[in-house]
Amino acid sequence: MAARAAPKKKPTKKNQSSGKIANFSEQEELKSYYDMLLIRRFEEKAGQLYGMGQIGGFCHLYIGQEAVVTGINMALKEGDQSITAYRDHAHMLAVGLDPKGIMAELTGREGGLSKGKGGSMHMFSREKHFYGGHGIVGAQVPIGTGLAFSNKYNGSDNICVAYMGDGASNQGQVYESFNMAKLWNLPIVYVIENNQYAMGTAVARASSQTDFSRRGVSFNIPGVKVDGMDVRAVYAAADDAVKYARENGPIILEMLTYRYRGHSMSDPAKYRTKDEVQRMRAEHDPIEQVKKRILDGRLASEDDLKDMDKKIRAIVTESADYATNCPEPDPSELWTDVLIET
Amino acid sequence: MAIEILMPALSPTMEEGKLSTWLVKEGDNVGSGDVLCEIETDKATMEVESIDEGVIGKILIDAGTENVLVNTVIAILLEDGEDASVMDNMKPSAAPIATAEAEPVAETTLVAAPVAVIPQTDEIPEGTTFKQQTIREALRDAMAEEMRREDSVFIMGEEVAEYQGAYKVTQGLLEEFGDKRVIDTPITEHGFAGLGVGAAFGGLKPVVEFMTFNFAMQAIDHIINSAAKTLYMSGGQMGCPIVFRGPNGAASRVGAQHSQDYTAWYANIPGLKVVSPYSAEDAKGLLKAAIRDPNPVVFLENELLYGVTMDVPELDDFVLPIGKAKIERAGTDVSIVSHSMGIKLALEAAEILAGQGISAEVLNLRTIRPLDTEAIIASVKKTGRMVTVEEGWVRCGLGAELTAVVMDGAFDYLDAPVARVTSKDVPLPYAANLEKLALPSVDDVVNAARKTCYAD
Repeated sequence: MAARAAPKKKPTKKNQSSGKIANFSEQEELKSYYDMLLIRRFEEKAGQLYGMGQIGGFCHLYIGQEAVVTGINMALKEGDQSITAYRDHAHMLAVGLDPKGIMAELTGREGGLSKGKGGSMHMFSREKHFYGGHGIVGAQVPIGTGLAFSNKYNGSDNICVAYMGDGASNQGQVYESFNMAKLWNLPIVYVIENNQYAMGTAVARASSQTDFSRRGVSFNIPGVKVDGMDVRAVYAAADDAVKYARENGPIILEMLTYRYRGHSMSDPAKYRTKDEVQRMRAEHDPIEQVKKRILDGRLASEDDLKDMDKKIRAIVTESADYATNCPEPDPSELWTDVLIET
Repeated sequence: MAIEILMPALSPTMEEGKLSTWLVKEGDNVGSGDVLCEIETDKATMEVESIDEGVIGKILIDAGTENVLVNTVIAILLEDGEDASVMDNMKPSAAPIATAEAEPVAETTLVAAPVAVIPQTDEIPEGTTFKQQTIREALRDAMAEEMRREDSVFIMGEEVAEYQGAYKVTQGLLEEFGDKRVIDTPITEHGFAGLGVGAAFGGLKPVVEFMTFNFAMQAIDHIINSAAKTLYMSGGQMGCPIVFRGPNGAASRVGAQHSQDYTAWYANIPGLKVVSPYSAEDAKGLLKAAIRDPNPVVFLENELLYGVTMDVPELDDFVLPIGKAKIERAGTDVSIVSHSMGIKLALEAAEILAGQGISAEVLNLRTIRPLDTEAIIASVKKTGRMVTVEEGWVRCGLGAELTAVVMDGAFDYLDAPVARVTSKDVPLPYAANLEKLALPSVDDVVNAARKTCYAD
């Protein structure tokens, strides 16, 4: 990546929206557009496969929140770990995992990242330093803090990014983690993806402090509020935060974002108005924002972007074909991976 | 190629629904994300969004149609530049299938559970000398030896470092290994257990001490959901080499919340190993094995045994196999099967029973998961009778499990029903007399053994 984030200073001013917007190069605009569009098309296809009965159980889509994970990953370096909860498909695409392996896990097939034994909420990759994929709200936060602990213990300069939602941010274990992370100055960035609803409960109905960037105040952990719908703002904040975490210890990024779909596929989302969703889509869509900049700046033509969309759709369709044609795991897999043989 | 829009399933259980309203009409341009129609299920009304861009070519199911099966073609979408005539050539789609009726499952032979291989290497070489040590010291030495052996082993917990351990089990470790590897935590079991799991995923070998296992209930989600299940959920990628250790069961007069035996709880969980030592020898050899094990191990100690002095073999590297029981006292008339504090009761009872002409065999399980079923069955085949002893409660407890093992493996050898000695089915009382009544006693074991021998 050529052009980097504009002025770089440590986020010493605590708990204020950074307001920083990275000045993206042509390459960065196009890359972020591609990465976000891949997530959206993948999730749309996942929703469709769910509708066809190919995906079972729960399925939590990331549509609307694409800028968060895309911008964060642009700021990471090789070896940095990430961990999240159950809305995790995008996080795996963003670290570069093959869409086929992800989709085949959603359909519960042997070619899935967890050999079909994890499901949509439980996928991992040691190679890409992605540690799941956790189904218990908030549980990924102490685990991520432990990954940061191992970095410090081993003397590595890698950091861990632990993602959580606004709902998880009210969990007790999150604050136990904040306390230890600051006590021991562990290299971790806590990313609170505030998509305004904890399942169906609006933030203000469940949180006494709705400014999540301030949730670290009593632990002396700085926090920054970020426009999570603008991938340049996410990248700028992430770039600062990652550097801060590497040198100083924990930091919180509150990403103001929005999910267009329900909490899971079976959520009719009656807790918010259609107008609200439409307004977010029309005025703040993370992908449309980049598209407009690309077209206005003549970085690519409408036809170029259509070609890119076609290419992405082909990748996603290929992943869906793989995921629906791949065999189910062999019955003998029932008994494997319970314990490591000694 | 025109695209078929299918009736979607909107929940894991939906098979059909009502197509209540169309929000688009034939000829309309739609983009991905646009709402096409509304569907009513038994639970809710949901919107169906378009995945693709195009023009609505034909609506095949009218608004208001009930009982539309999942995967029925409800409309045709024409792609950019396509003419409506392409629909003429489209073959009618295959009959819709309800999602619940997945294709018939090919005959699947249920694969049998693998049989646990019981390690056989618990013999102490002849000529080995022994030293006298408290169980507390044996546990400490086990940790110290493993920490010297591997830099990635560290211990964390409340008061483990500067205070030298709430029960002095970690005495001297801070001095030898420093505060990088002997770490005092805040009193936040949920958080530090989860942090330990993350550290184990990150390649370290944490020993997480709980001041007592009563407090580990705060952390049990991470022990079970994070430590035990992740290897399986990741298809074998995410090993979690961690030891959760601390005193389990009743201490003395500390009341109901500080006096619970969790053996049966953890022994129920696939993905965990559960170890529970009785002697100093057990403590030393099994804790070293637990730290070396690549899996999560729950290591259940007993506070009242910490100060007991016993023999420990003087070997450079004394490691006992996890999963192998030990006959503490051989006998022919009745098998008393137990672990931890229960073995102390069993050995005292066996001595009394010997005076009454009953030869009791005492089997120390050492490991509760995986259970050494072979040793249990062999002992019962020899004696024809079994008494189980545990500090846990009777319902769905360890005794019930041991009984089932004998039903499966030695039913025809039994000369009497199995007798279970457990704590009484009440929270542990504080009053000295009531506490004594609630906990299993030597007399309880003697009486149970006599009953199985029809001695009264």
